[in-house]
Amino acid sequence: MDRMNAHRRMQLYGALLLLPAAVLLATFAYLPTIATLINSLFLPGFRGAPTEFVGLENYRLLVEDSTFWRVAGNNLIYALGTIPTSIALALAMALFVNARLPGRGFVRMAYFTPTILPMIAAANIWMFFYAPQIGLFNKLLGALGLSGVNWLGDPGVALTSVIVMTVWKEAGFFMIFYLAALQGMPPELREAADLEGTSRWSFFWRVTFPLLMPTTLFVLINALINAVRVVDHLFILTKGGPNNATNLLLYYVYENAFSFFDRTYAATITVVILLVLAIVATVKFAILDRRTHYQ
Amino acid sequence: MRARLSFPLTALAAGLLAAGPVTADDPVELTLYYPIAVGGALTEVIDGLVDQFEAEHPDISVDAIYAGNYDDTRVRVMSAIEAGDAPQLSVLFSIDLYDLLEQDAIIAFDEVVETDEEREWLDGFYPGLMENGQLDGMTYGIPFQRSTIVLYWNKDAFEAAGLDPETPPETWDDMARMAAAVRDASGGDQWGVMVPSTGYPYWMFQAFAFQNGHRLMSEDGTEVYFDDPAAIEALEYWVSLATEHDAMPDGTIEWGTLRQNFIEQSTAMMWHTTGNLTAVRNEADFDFGVAMLPMKTQRGSPTGGGNFYLFKDADEAEQRAALTFIRWMTDPERAAAWSIETGYMGVSPAAYETEALRDYIESFPPAAVARDQLEHSTAELSTYQGGRVRRALDNAVQAALTGQMAPAEALAQAQREADAALRRYAR
Repeated sequence: MDRMNAHRRMQLYGALLLLPAAVLLATFAYLPTIATLINSLFLPGFRGAPTEFVGLENYRLLVEDSTFWRVAGNNLIYALGTIPTSIALALAMALFVNARLPGRGFVRMAYFTPTILPMIAAANIWMFFYAPQIGLFNKLLGALGLSGVNWLGDPGVALTSVIVMTVWKEAGFFMIFYLAALQGMPPELREAADLEGTSRWSFFWRVTFPLLMPTTLFVLINALINAVRVVDHLFILTKGGPNNATNLLLYYVYENAFSFFDRTYAATITVVILLVLAIVATVKFAILDRRTHYQ
Repeated sequence: MRARLSFPLTALAAGLLAAGPVTADDPVELTLYYPIAVGGALTEVIDGLVDQFEAEHPDISVDAIYAGNYDDTRVRVMSAIEAGDAPQLSVLFSIDLYDLLEQDAIIAFDEVVETDEEREWLDGFYPGLMENGQLDGMTYGIPFQRSTIVLYWNKDAFEAAGLDPETPPETWDDMARMAAAVRDASGGDQWGVMVPSTGYPYWMFQAFAFQNGHRLMSEDGTEVYFDDPAAIEALEYWVSLATEHDAMPDGTIEWGTLRQNFIEQSTAMMWHTTGNLTAVRNEADFDFGVAMLPMKTQRGSPTGGGNFYLFKDADEAEQRAALTFIRWMTDPERAAAWSIETGYMGVSPAAYETEALRDYIESFPPAAVARDQLEHSTAELSTYQGGRVRRALDNAVQAALTGQMAPAEALAQAQREADAALRRYAR
C-alpha cells in the first residue's frame, strides 16, 4: 500500500514538473494549431459579417491557386538551395577554424558576425550590395570588365540572390554547433588513425563525419525550419517579386492575412505547411535516427 | 498561513487601486501610429511637432509611434484593434479607406465636427487630396503627408549630353528621346531615366495610364479597368523605355535604392515621390530640377501618401482630443513646416499662403511643382480588396518589365484576378 502511494506521488510530481512546459507548449503551439485548423474551414465574412463555415472549400481554392503552386515551388528550390549549402559551408568553416591556425579567434568571430546581425539589418545591407548600378557586386564586375546583373530584379536570378544571402547569414550559426562537436571528439581517434597511416579525407569521411551525425541531424532540422520560417529578408529585398519569383510560403501567408485581410485563406496555407513539415520531420527521424551514433 | 495569504491579497488590492477611475484632471491620452515611406530622419520631425502640441495643449497627451511603412502601419493598427488596444487615431495609407470601412474600424469626421469653424477647416483642403478619403459624401481621411509623383532631372547631366539643362521633357516622346540622348552621350555609363517598379509599381503605372487619358478604377471602388487599350498602350510605353529606347535598365528597378541611384548620378532622370525632395536636396552635389511628369494626351499623376483617420473605439473626449490634434497638425503653419522638412505637399491652399512656405518656394521653386501638378491629379488606385487588386497589378507590371509576359497579356491576367477579387462587391 505504501509503495503504491509513493509510486502515485512520483507520478504526480513528474506531471507537475512537466506542467509549465506543457502549458507553454499548449498555449503557443497546440492551441494555435487547432485554432488555425478550425479557422481554415471558414470563409471571411462579407462587409463585416461573421465568417461562414464552408468545410474544405478553402483547400479546393488552394489547389486551384496557381500562385500557391508557384510559391510552393519557390520554397522547395529555396530549401534545396540553402540547406545543403549552408551545412556544407558550416562544416568546412568549422574544420578550418578547429585546426591550429594563427588568428583563429579572429576568423571565428568573422564567420560568426553575420549571425549576430538582425536579419532586417543584413537584408538592408545586401539590398545595397545587390543594387544594379551603385551596388558592390556590379561595381566589382564592372572593374573586371563584365556587365552587371540585375540581382534582385531579374526573375531568373532573384531567388538565387536571396538564397546566397541566406546561406551567408546562416552558415556561421551552424558552424558553432559543428565546432563544439569537433572539439568534443577524443584526440585518441586522430592519433590512432595517424599510427595506421589513414589519409585525411578517409579519416574525415569514416570517423569524423559519422561521429558528427547527431550535430548534422540537429543542424538539418534547424536549417529546414529556417527555410520555411525565415522570410524577413523578403520584406526588404524583393517583397516576393518580381512577379512572385521570390515569394515564399510564409510570406504568402503574411500577405493573405495582413495585406488581403483574408485570415481564413492564410490559415489554410498554414495547415498545409504544417502537414508537409510534419511528414518531413517524421521521415527524417525515422531514417536518420538509425544512422546516428549517440554517445 | 497568514504570511502566505497576505501577498496575493496585497497584490490584488494594489491592482484594483491602480485601475481606479480617471479624474477630470488627467490629460486625455491619445495613441497614434504613423508610417514613413520616404527618406530623411522624419521621426525627429514628428516628435518635435508632438512636443510642441503638448506644450500648447497641456490637457492632451499624445504618444506617436513610428510603425514602419504603410503596410506595416496598417498591420500594426489592425493588430492593436483586435487586441482590444485600439489607437484613437493614426496616419494610414490614403487608399486603405475601403478596407478600413469593411473592418468597421473608422468613423467619419463629419460625425465629430461640431462648430462652424471646424466645418470650415474640413472644407479647406485641396479637393484633389480629398478624393481618396471621401465616400458617399462623408469624409474619413484628412490629408497629412501627401504627394504626387514628380520628375527629378540632373541638369549637369543634361548639359553634358548637349540638352538644354533648363528644359525638362514635356511629352512621352521628349522623355524617351532625351533619356536616350543622355545614355548615348555618356557612352553607356549613365542611364537616361529610371521609374521604380518595386515598392509601389501600380502607382507609377497609374501615372502612365492617366497621362494617356485613362482612369484605372470606378469611383465607388467596385470595378477596375486594367485591360483597356489605353492602359495597355501606357504599359507598352513604359516597357519600351528599356527595350526600344535603351534609356532605362532591364528588369525591375528598386524603389528603396532609386534615390541613391539619382544622387550617385547613375541616372539622369527619375520618377519619384515629392516626399523625397528634401532628402535629395540635402544629398545631391549637382544641379537638379523638378518638373511635372510628361504627358501623352494630358498631364497627370496620382496622388499618394497618408491621411489621418479617426477610429471607432474611442470615447467622445478622446475623439474631440484627436480632432484637436489633427486640426493642429494640418494647420497652415504646421502643414508648411512639414512640407519644408520633407517635400510632401502643403495640404491646403492656406498652407501655401503662409510666409514660411512662400519664402521657401521663392528660394527653392521645385517645392511648388507637386502643388502645381495637383490640378492634373487623380485619386490613387483604391478599391475594395485593395491588397489583392494592387498585387495583381504589381505582378502584371513586373511581368511586363522583366519580359515574362507581353503588356496586353499581363494586364489581361491582372484584370481577371482583380475581377475575381471584386466579384462580391459588384453593384
